[in-house]
Amino acid sequence: MPNPSPERITAATVGKVARLARLNLSPAEVDAMTSQLAGMLEHFADIDALNLEHVEPMTQAYPSSNVFRDDVVVVGLDRDEVLSQAPSTEDGRFRVPPVVGLDA
Amino acid sequence: MTDSFSSSARDAAKYVGAPAGVPNTAWEIAHAVKSGTVTATQVIEGYLQRIGALDGDIHAFNVVTAQEARAAAAHVDAEIAAGRDPGPLAGVPIALKDNLCTRGIPTTCSSKILDQWRPPYDATVVQRLAAAGAIAVGKTNLDEFAMGSSTENSAFGVTFNPHDISRVSGGSSGGSAAAVAAGFAPVSLGSDTGGSIRQPAALCGVVGVKPTYGTVSRYGLVAFASSLDQIGPFATDVRDAALVLEVISGHDHYDSTSIPQAPLDLQSVLDNGVEGLRIGRVTDLPGGADPDVVARLEMAFDALQAAGATIVDVELPSLKYGLTAYYLIAPAEASSNLARYDGVRYGLRVPATDTNAMYSATRSAGFGDEVKRRIMLGTYALSAGYYDAYYGKALKVRRLISDDFARAYERADVILTPTSPMVAFPVGAKVNDPLSMYLCDVYTIPTNLAGHPAMSVPFGTGDDGLPVGVQVLASTLGEKPMFRVAAALERSMKSGTSQGGAQ
Repeated sequence: MPNPSPERITAATVGKVARLARLNLSPAEVDAMTSQLAGMLEHFADIDALNLEHVEPMTQAYPSSNVFRDDVVVVGLDRDEVLSQAPSTEDGRFRVPPVVGLDA
Repeated sequence: MTDSFSSSARDAAKYVGAPAGVPNTAWEIAHAVKSGTVTATQVIEGYLQRIGALDGDIHAFNVVTAQEARAAAAHVDAEIAAGRDPGPLAGVPIALKDNLCTRGIPTTCSSKILDQWRPPYDATVVQRLAAAGAIAVGKTNLDEFAMGSSTENSAFGVTFNPHDISRVSGGSSGGSAAAVAAGFAPVSLGSDTGGSIRQPAALCGVVGVKPTYGTVSRYGLVAFASSLDQIGPFATDVRDAALVLEVISGHDHYDSTSIPQAPLDLQSVLDNGVEGLRIGRVTDLPGGADPDVVARLEMAFDALQAAGATIVDVELPSLKYGLTAYYLIAPAEASSNLARYDGVRYGLRVPATDTNAMYSATRSAGFGDEVKRRIMLGTYALSAGYYDAYYGKALKVRRLISDDFARAYERADVILTPTSPMVAFPVGAKVNDPLSMYLCDVYTIPTNLAGHPAMSVPFGTGDDGLPVGVQVLASTLGEKPMFRVAAALERSMKSGTSQGGAQ
């Protein structure tokens, strides 16, 4: 007997996830995304039939841990070259709008 | 003879080929340049001329770097004149997928969010190619951030298949596959997260290799799903693929997942034959491959058996869950990796009154629909309350698939499957049904989940005279037996014993 499928994804959930992902979705985009994600998640429910209780999660394709290098100074990227690609700079730094919202 | 067959025959005659008057494989070019029978400048002019004549119809490239290529060719010729060896790829033109960082050259990932971004450094593979004497001719089109199977999700337009320009080139490395098929470069580089080298290679009739995870440095490859991504070559023959992979492989301090090992040695095994090798046939392969594709796979088994290999049955019962595991894991990693596109340090910025509004406005304007879809899916799969049900479960399925392969490779040295369930499909056929597009990757995805090597070898034609690829899979660091089998399949095609198809 397969597990009961999780609740169908709603437009409200899609809206919440969009905020987490820093995406502004139009009402039409929310509708399209809701039905597309629901269709995919329905397909992805095939793994609910598997007994995974004693299976170890696999996070790496080629296991390794704590890869170190010697703690020596190396030449980094050129500051001017990096900043030349930034949308806005000031005094050798990245410039951004106020971090604290003005519209709150 | 059907109409679509006529169009593929007509297009192939015009667009599939190579420049006249110069050698057309990387190993022959390097040999000719070093021995002085042709100059690097003559080679590069031949390829640039063909790009200029035909790429308007194919759109393999986002940018052609003719000026830089001519300068690099002149440098190679100067080295030769001075009696120095420019390296194993002396004067060899190469096309680079536009998600590989090239210093001072636009690197867009075919996304509006990186339009005109010029990286301040070269990817390790780009450095190694240059040090070996190779000459970059341009940056190739892809599905935005490598997310797709048709190169239709590019912000800069579709890449068409040189065998039939009404059809897709596959993806996401469609530009790199089409560039080699069309003879715009003898070799190219792509990246493969779930099949993005092998599937377009199959659809465009060229060789494409996804090496063992950790074999090729990912430094300077714009990240999609970091536990799955690998860079690899496209080529017109198996020897060229081996040659390029030898040059780009080997340990790199700048990628902590790079395996500490010497560069691969592959060309030395190409003539070893397949006698004694055990070739796995998957008895419970997920269905869905078209009959013309299955017919070519059967001919590949016959060819290898005739060459002295043994065919053995293997079971991979968890393979059918690969698609689900992949389409939860890859978007989850992508949603995290793509958080860096926030309008602060590079690329597009849409101004707003505070940083949060600026992030959202920038990302909404800069990402295309498929990228947004995957970010949403990944963010959902990782979010509180759903993590265990989706992402956590997918990681366990990944283990099951890896364990299945481990058991299969006790019985077999390599495994043979189709690369793609179908030949190249018409442009627009799948764009409105994301799930049907995802199903294109059903045979390539498990390799990435396991971290194994696999390659697609062109093996004749199927319906409508379009190319079919056979996929050779091997276990971790099993590139040598994989290339031996690929070379044997290529020999059987060249000798004519496995010709035919739906002519």
